[in-house]
Parts: sequence; structure tokens; C-alpha cells
Amino acid sequence: MSIQDAREATMLGRRTDGTAVRRPLSPHLQVYDMMQMTSAISISHRATGIIWTVGAAVMVWWLVAAASGPEAFDTVQWFLGSFLGILMLMGVTAAAWFHTLAGLRHLVWDAGYGYDIPSVYKSGRMVLIGTAVLTALTWLALLISW
Amino acid sequence: MATFTLPKNSTISKGKHFPAPAGAKKVRPFKIYRWDPDSGENPRTDTYDIDLEACGPMVLDALIKIKNEVDSTLTFRRSCREGICGSCSMNIDGLNTLACLKPIEDVKGEVRIHPLPHMPVVKDLVPDLSQIYAQLRSVEPWLKADTPPPPDGERLQSKEERAKLDGLWECILCFCCSTACPSYWWNGDRYLGPAVLLQAYRWIADSRDEHTGERLDALEDPFKLYRCHTIMNCTRTCPKGLNPAQAIGDIKKMLAERVV
Repeated sequence: MSIQDAREATMLGRRTDGTAVRRPLSPHLQVYDMMQMTSAISISHRATGIIWTVGAAVMVWWLVAAASGPEAFDTVQWFLGSFLGILMLMGVTAAAWFHTLAGLRHLVWDAGYGYDIPSVYKSGRMVLIGTAVLTALTWLALLISW
Repeated sequence: MATFTLPKNSTISKGKHFPAPAGAKKVRPFKIYRWDPDSGENPRTDTYDIDLEACGPMVLDALIKIKNEVDSTLTFRRSCREGICGSCSMNIDGLNTLACLKPIEDVKGEVRIHPLPHMPVVKDLVPDLSQIYAQLRSVEPWLKADTPPPPDGERLQSKEERAKLDGLWECILCFCCSTACPSYWWNGDRYLGPAVLLQAYRWIADSRDEHTGERLDALEDPFKLYRCHTIMNCTRTCPKGLNPAQAIGDIKKMLAERVV
């Protein structure tokens, strides 16, 4: 059995007869409750960051189309105005709000506040409710001014 | 590098079933992770049906009952049975905790028991802790002072200075927190993890220690300290109700404050 580094070395076990055996790695994501407020918001923060970035790329696509001529712009406008396009934009809006609010929550932590579990759950719920409310308000404002 | 799936030799197969004795009134299945180095096989999940009428209230009581009465090959660590030794830390019902402090009644349905997550398994519920002990050694968790103590007594602290150690000294090194941390799962070779960082802060916060600067220098590292992304699984899972995330946050704040 080849040993790559120090952590690898702890994977080396011995049978009762002294021969070497590779130890298993205990299950992690497979068994851990990842849906608790702590880890669920954390991984969503990353996911919404990626979605927002993709949304920004879509906006670049829209700007490039606007710069390259009326036909290209019409195509993008048609897509973004379709059911699928609007659904996607709503998703990006929700992701942007979530990422902003969860980011503010991280700033509060970095300033040294809100580490106790009741506060963590309260601020987590505030991020979720805030995302729903602000996304709805954003689209309400959009649809009224359309 | 983060690998989200288990290696080939670590995937878990279906194991044996040990039914409850006839006439059992309040049966609860316990699904327990088993791995025997001598077998040459992958880990498996054995199911033990336990009569709760004839069992103590805690998960550890059930484990001891299984070992005594059903299957003596079941291997786990335990000692004090009152949450002060930190030996029986394991993953119960998806969260890390001490088996001796976890009431069976708190678990709905079958009781799923695994070793502490993302660790090398020695046997059954016993993980290899040598890496994490080496990391603890690396933060030098003892008093370091250059001035000798007063000849007529010990080093004194004010009540306020002593109060800073509350919530830190109570840690029993069960490592429920470190093995609940996804960052520690993916980067445990270089990230110190919540338990060890709480110990590091315990000495940084100690007014009698004279090496605070060196201790902070040693932690100022993208991996040792800053792999903490405030996921908060550590604080959520600590069976002693301590707050490792707060301790890590305080270290980060001290590092920021000394440059401004």
C-alpha cells in the first residue's frame, strides 16, 4: 500500500494477524443533516453567488446584443420576455437578494456579533423571509412600471 | 480537494438484522455502522431491534445493552457516561453528539448511528484521531510565559480576566464540532478545525500567557484559520453548548485589529 502524505498514513490499519489493511473513510455528506439552518444557508450562499454571476453574464449578453444591432437585440428581448426568460430573471433576482442578505449576515459575524445559535437561526430566517419579500417587491415594481 | 462521494472501500452495504426477543413491547430499530478490519469487506449497517422497556434512556445505554446482550463484537469508545470524558462522540440521527447525553426519545423512528464523519475508521464506531491530536499539539495548548511565577504563589488573575476563559475551558475534546465542519472534511489536512482553534483561543485569551503575539502569528494562515467560512455547524452540534465559531471569530478579529 502506497502512502502519499501524513493524512493518508492514518488510513493504514492493521488486521489482527498484523497484515496491512486500508481503512474506510467514515460517511459524511451521506449521513450528516445538511438541511439545518447553519449548513443549508451556507451552501445556498455559495450557490446563489454562482447563479448571480451567471445572471451578470446574461446581462452582458443583453448589452452586447444592444450594441450590435436591432435584430440581435430583438432576439435577446424575445428570449428574456418569454415565460422561460422571465422565470430565469426572477430566479436571478431571488439569488441576488439572498446573496446580498446572507452577505450582510456574514459582515455582522465578522464584526463579532450574532454567533449564538438562537441569533444564527433568527438571522437565517430573516435572510429567507427577506429574500421572498424583496424579490416579490422588485417584481411588483417591475411589472407596475412595465 | 473535496471529494463528495465515499471511496470504493468505504461504501456501506446492507448488514445483518438482529430481531428483538419475543414479547418485547416497545421495539426501536438501531441501525449501526459496522466495519471489521479482519473481514476484508466493506462497511455495513447492522440493524438491532431493541426493547426500550428493558433499556436505559440514553443512546449509550442501548449501545452497551447491544454489546452485553446481543452482539459482543460491536466496538465503540465510552467511559464516564455523563458527558465529561468525550469518549462516546459519534454521529447519531445525522448530528454529532455524545451518545451518553443523547436521549433515545429525542430521535424519531429508527436510530441511525455512524462514527464521527470523514475520519479513518479503526473499527465500527471508533475513528482514528491521531491527525486531530497532532493538530492540537501544534497549537501548543499550555501556558507559555517568560517571566517566572511569583515565588510565594501562583500567577493571579482578576475575576474579569478569568471570566474570559468561560466557555473555553469546558471543552472535553470530543471533536464533535471539527467532524461536523464541511471545511474540515475537505481541508482537514491543513485547516485546524473548530475544536483545535477553540483550544488555541483558550490560550490566546488567557491573561497569564505571554506568547499571544506568537500564537496569533502561527494561526495567520489561509488554511490553518481562514478555511473557517462561518458555516456554524460546529456551534450547532457541540454537546457541551460551547461556541467554537465565536472563538474563531474572535481570533480573526484580533488578527484584523492588530494591523489597523
